[in-house]
Amino acid sequence: MSILVSKDTRVLVQGITGSAGSFHAKQCLAYGTQVVAGCTPNRGGESFAAEGPGGKAVTLPVFDTVAEAVKQTGADTSCIFVPALGAADAILEAVDAGCKLVICITEGIPVTDMIRVRRAIEGKPVRLVGPNCPGVITPGECKIGIMPGHIHRPGKIGVVSRSGTLTYEAVGQLTALGLGQSTCVGIGGDPVAGLDFVDVLRLFNEDPNTEAVMMMGEIGGSAEERAADYIKQHMKKPVAGFIAGATAPPGKRMGHAGAIISGGKGTAKDKIAALGAAGVRMSPSPSEMGATLKSLL
Amino acid sequence: MKIHEYQGKQLFAKYGISVPKGIACFSVAEAEAAAEKLYAETGSSVVVVKAQIHAGGRGKGGGVKVVKGLYVEQGIEIARELYLGLVVDREQRRVALMASTEGGVEIEKVAEETPEKIVTEHVDPVIGLGGYQARKLAYGLDVGKGTPNPKETVSDFVKLVTKLAELFEKEDCSLCEVNPLIITKQGKVIAGDAKVTFDDNAAGRHKEWDSLMDKDEEDPVELEAKDAGLSYVSLDGDIGCLVNGAGLAMATMDIIKHHGGSPANFLDVGGGATKEQVTKAFSMILSSPKVKGIFVNIFGGIMKCDVIAEGVIAATRELSLNVPLVVRLEGTNVEQGKKLLAESGLRIQPADTMADGAKKIVAATKAA
Repeated sequence: MSILVSKDTRVLVQGITGSAGSFHAKQCLAYGTQVVAGCTPNRGGESFAAEGPGGKAVTLPVFDTVAEAVKQTGADTSCIFVPALGAADAILEAVDAGCKLVICITEGIPVTDMIRVRRAIEGKPVRLVGPNCPGVITPGECKIGIMPGHIHRPGKIGVVSRSGTLTYEAVGQLTALGLGQSTCVGIGGDPVAGLDFVDVLRLFNEDPNTEAVMMMGEIGGSAEERAADYIKQHMKKPVAGFIAGATAPPGKRMGHAGAIISGGKGTAKDKIAALGAAGVRMSPSPSEMGATLKSLL
Repeated sequence: MKIHEYQGKQLFAKYGISVPKGIACFSVAEAEAAAEKLYAETGSSVVVVKAQIHAGGRGKGGGVKVVKGLYVEQGIEIARELYLGLVVDREQRRVALMASTEGGVEIEKVAEETPEKIVTEHVDPVIGLGGYQARKLAYGLDVGKGTPNPKETVSDFVKLVTKLAELFEKEDCSLCEVNPLIITKQGKVIAGDAKVTFDDNAAGRHKEWDSLMDKDEEDPVELEAKDAGLSYVSLDGDIGCLVNGAGLAMATMDIIKHHGGSPANFLDVGGGATKEQVTKAFSMILSSPKVKGIFVNIFGGIMKCDVIAEGVIAATRELSLNVPLVVRLEGTNVEQGKKLLAESGLRIQPADTMADGAKKIVAATKAA
């Protein structure tokens, strides 16, 4: 068991003919992910050549529309590499075509676009991950996104984070300590996005194969505070945490669109206090994330 | 991206939002002429001269700044000053429209001390701001109180608020503040100020923003970084940081502090790290004279560490780097990467982990 993605997940890649899309589609295929189709408007009918695990040749059909790709290949999950100004439309296209999971890697989508997307998918049977995220991986089964597959190991630790490379750092530490991961979810660094900490924590809480959770937050917004409320009331499993940005100055956007302390709100100090009070064991430094999690087991 | 008040008011006027008559000036002679023109046009004997600088809280704070632009505006007979602001509410995933009776005061202060004085409505992105919502705000603030024709004032307010919500969405704002929103003695509703910030992510569909940007108001290094596709923020310390990824970059600053050092900057070179980017990043870090050492922390992931190491070595040579440099690489081909660094003959200290790297660079800068 795992959450969100497994060996049975059938993936289509929107923007597969672009440089990022094609590079990462190949990486996902080589990892063993069932990527079954690509989609790029006006490129329908082309084929996409790649290699699966062990160098086995794979040829994917490319479609003009997601609806056609879903109909022809039975894809149930979309991974989006479409440029920022077209990405919101790409998400809506995937939702309209019936994808039950949409993972948007694209960075730099205007916030008003994401506000509209969130409104449009309200009440629909779809889960959106991202945008501006590394994706989702269930080690040994399915990698959807841009994370380096080789640092992961199958196991029982759930990982959820707003950051990309900081997640790799945590995963690297866990793997080095012999702690494999059930699923790792990058929820992304944007102020308005899909699944948040609470959504993913709830999934881990219900997943029989996840024994503990490592969560990495950062400055800005109050998603970590809401996560703390959820953990305090409902979490049955131990959680270790880290918040990046204790040294970040207020009022400055730190790389991620959502990583900004504004009006004194969203500081690392407040988040660490809230999570600590909810029983989360906080890592004192980013190089002790894995060790902190291990101390809970 | 921030714009000046006069630019914000020009944008307001385009949407039919009432603003005082005003003229932007860039010399004393222009300002004098503008004042004369406004006296003649408005019949009033009062004009207001406002310095055009970006920093909020103009007139407060005490910092001295060279002003290049002035905005000469007609004087208004003020009866009441209110506050109106639109921001993205991350938790509600909507644009929030906030209004308060406490105009002229910073909204953060009002929120802290007298939150009951703020009325908030959220804008549905599909429907837009409903007339009923604008009326709720109008009655909530009692905008008609004491005006010659309260009904007209309420209707004036509702129109202004509705147009402002429309402007926020169409112009891709991330913040839009009118503080004060003026109710004149005649009962008219006028935007006394215009603080507009655009969402940088939407720049691709607003070519007109190029001409609105005042480069003198931006940090030159941060601007240079943006042009190079890097994300950079200056800080007060003496250890330069070069990291891939925003979260890891913040965590790197944190771990430097944790081990007793102080970061000189936040710098995210993006998920990858090419030789060109590394060179550019180094030269930006070194543009600050306070930098006594540099910590490179790259989690290569899919990128190969030997390629990154070559980039670091080339950049170090090209810039004749003469401050201590600690490099921590992780990812594929990490051993080859470390070997390249060790054999380069340069003063590069390799590190095995983030903590190891942070300790080494703190020690090296303290010794320097």
